[in-house]
Amino acid sequence: MNTDSHKKGSGSSHKCCQTKSEQPKDTTTSSSENTKATSTGNEMSEHELIIDGASCGSCVSKIEKALLSVSGVHSAEMNFAQRTVQVKTNVDVIQLIQAVEKAGYNAKVSTSESEEEALDEKEQADWQYYKKLMRDMTLALVLGVPLMIYSLVVGEMTVNTDTERLVWLIVGLLTLGVMVFAGKHFYVGAWNSFKNHSANMDTLIALGTGTAWLYSMVVVFAPEIVPLMARHVYFEATAMIIGLINLGLALEVKARGKTSEAIKRLIGLQAKTARVIRDDKDIDIPIKDVLLNDLIRVRPGERISVDGDVVEGHTSIDESMLTGEPMPVEKSEGGQVVAGTINKSGSIVFKATRVGKDTALAQIINMVKRAQNSKPPIGRLADVISAYFVPVVMIIAVLSALVWLNFGPSPAIAYAMVSATTVLIIACPCALGLATPMSVMVGVGKAAEAGVLIRNGEALQTASKITTMVLDKTGTITQGAPKVTDIIVAGSQTEEDILQLVASLEAGSEHPLAMAIVESAADKGISPKKVTDFASLSGMGVEATLQNKKLLFGNEKLMKQQGIAIDKFVDKAQQLAAEAKTPMYFAVDAELAAVIAVADPIKSDSIEAIKRLQNNGIRVVMLTGDNRMTAKAVASMVGITDFVAEVMPEDKAKKVAEYQANGEIVGMTGDGINDAPALAHANVGFAIGTGTDVAIESADITLMRGSLHGLADAIAVSKATLTNIKQNLFGAFIYNVAGVPFAAGLLYPFFGLLLSPVIAGAAMAFSSLTVVTNANRLRFFKAKEH
Amino acid sequence: MMWINLAGFGLILLIVWWFWMYKSPNVAMQDGAIEIVVKDGVYQPSTIKIAANKDTAITFTRLDASSCSETLLIPDLEINATLPLNKKVSVSIPASLPGRYPFHCQMKMYLGELIVE
Repeated sequence: MNTDSHKKGSGSSHKCCQTKSEQPKDTTTSSSENTKATSTGNEMSEHELIIDGASCGSCVSKIEKALLSVSGVHSAEMNFAQRTVQVKTNVDVIQLIQAVEKAGYNAKVSTSESEEEALDEKEQADWQYYKKLMRDMTLALVLGVPLMIYSLVVGEMTVNTDTERLVWLIVGLLTLGVMVFAGKHFYVGAWNSFKNHSANMDTLIALGTGTAWLYSMVVVFAPEIVPLMARHVYFEATAMIIGLINLGLALEVKARGKTSEAIKRLIGLQAKTARVIRDDKDIDIPIKDVLLNDLIRVRPGERISVDGDVVEGHTSIDESMLTGEPMPVEKSEGGQVVAGTINKSGSIVFKATRVGKDTALAQIINMVKRAQNSKPPIGRLADVISAYFVPVVMIIAVLSALVWLNFGPSPAIAYAMVSATTVLIIACPCALGLATPMSVMVGVGKAAEAGVLIRNGEALQTASKITTMVLDKTGTITQGAPKVTDIIVAGSQTEEDILQLVASLEAGSEHPLAMAIVESAADKGISPKKVTDFASLSGMGVEATLQNKKLLFGNEKLMKQQGIAIDKFVDKAQQLAAEAKTPMYFAVDAELAAVIAVADPIKSDSIEAIKRLQNNGIRVVMLTGDNRMTAKAVASMVGITDFVAEVMPEDKAKKVAEYQANGEIVGMTGDGINDAPALAHANVGFAIGTGTDVAIESADITLMRGSLHGLADAIAVSKATLTNIKQNLFGAFIYNVAGVPFAAGLLYPFFGLLLSPVIAGAAMAFSSLTVVTNANRLRFFKAKEH
Repeated sequence: MMWINLAGFGLILLIVWWFWMYKSPNVAMQDGAIEIVVKDGVYQPSTIKIAANKDTAITFTRLDASSCSETLLIPDLEINATLPLNKKVSVSIPASLPGRYPFHCQMKMYLGELIVE
């Protein structure tokens, strides 16, 4: 195959696939259409548009003409085969799309952009916005600060003489300039919201600064209608408030950038290129051009580019960045590799099984993003309040002005104006609105860093309140892969002989115990022999013939039925059972040859992890379908006193419901497949991933590594996040509840204190910054305390 | 003074009416391409009427640099989406029961409503 044509073909088909795969699996995601470069400012940038409806060659010139007719478009070149057009321009991409639509075609922006490019663009856009806010701030403070110093040093800015009127008129016009150039976004936003019958922070700022400026201009133009003592101007307040709030917003943009560090880290795990083997040659291609079933070579130290199955070579892979598991994982032929992980030792070739948006890494990024945007129930009250907040503040401002006008000292009108302005400016709906989402953003990201994927804000909040944790045994507390633990030889044969005979007997069986024996033999380099007359004895064991010897392998019942003497070994077998092992008897020609014990080993850190949960005051319960004896043994080994044995998978959900009926908030942990009903029934369902084969859609919280420490980590992060949210909400409520009456002049009758609008502006600007900064503190939270 | 007080109370009534009591006039049912632009502090248009029990896609274009407007939430439909600056983002609205579904930014400063009929 020609490499070029392959690449082109792959590019276009990939785009097509991406567009499809970007359709949300549920409704919480959106398909985003991207550009190759941001078109903010006047810098020339290049966009790739995908054109729909271009059916003939003549469409090409029509579309190119339509685009070139847009002022600011430097060049437009259409590739008819791919139905794409490259446009160099300094105008908004929206204008390009409109131009194409006007010409009778549909256009959308190419989806070829990677998450990393999108992130770069976002950072670029945030940086531009930050610079603009800083420019606005500087402009406003260049006027505001000298005026402020003047008012503090020289005294009140009164209008008594014609010269003063002229000077203040010039200052008033300069302030108007500041309002237009540095505060335009507040006034435009306020007016648009007003037209929509809604009000927001812009409304408060526009009203506050507008009132102060208008009052001052009335004093300048018609001082005679204002009482002598009230002939002050407040231009410094308008300029300072605009400057300070722009500064607050700029710092907030900076601080917000830090809240998405975790997602940045995940996106950074994505390799940029892949070394694909095509036509027996290794070629490096961009990650977006990798196709399903492509063979990809990875050398030591390189990053795995897409998900796949190893077809050649052996290596160890560092998956810690996704699972939090520090030990590298051995991979050989047939093993699965996951995008974003790092190949440590050997060189391998793997076949791509999931590419683009389908890789586990892409899904994890998507899930974390969605969860970061979702709100836990604790944030709902703030949402309800913020819906009424701004109009209520406006009413308080009017009432406050009326009270000052009716009962205030002279000059009442000046006091009324100052108090109304201060009330408007000090109230900060943003702090309330930011309190929850900022903490969720950081908390969910922090959890992802520890290999814990939290589905949404509700799961985060409920996880912090869990009182009972129900654990499945197999695959959750234990490794889920039985192994031969003991071989007690009864006759003269060696352990190896026994293992070979039993492995030969069990080679054809798919029973988990049989597989454990075959694997144990393989691990020791013992290969099974071919048996004849194989028969499965339902519920008891198996039999077969090998080299004219009759082999029998099974439980006590089978041995008794066949009249084989096992009396000497019954005690030993019971002892093994008490150690959570399953003892089996092996007989050759009707004589006992050995007792073999198989057990599902407990994960090395289960005991410690369960202890962590118990130390947090959480009752830990084990549910298992296994017999009581094994269950009891496992439970006592890991320090669990509550356990329920012989539970059918369908009854696990009932058990969860029973605990809930007793008022417990139940977390259920299982492998996500046969435990699905119980996971769904629990207040929080935890799915344990095996390595990076993540059952993302199956649970509220997914633990990407097999360790139960993930449970304690998830609960610890949830608790820390909830505490952070509560601090934020408390701070924001108290700030507004205390700040507004203070601004209205509540302290004046007692202490003669009335807040300056400038101080109110500073307080408003920094209250939301405080919320974001407090949320950022969560970044330093250590999830692992083990 | 009485007139000033009356004017003040009148202003309060006006605030209550304008922001809380006012009912938006009937909005025409939309089908085909629905586009909402996020610009200058608001969603334009902010009220959209769509048919019930039918999947709908709404294209959002964010031209507002304010970081608040980056997130779109439709809590009752459990939808959240990130709106990159200067890009079109298509948000799928699943077939829904008749009702009013508010949508907003993270801080509820940008407000809109989806009317499903």
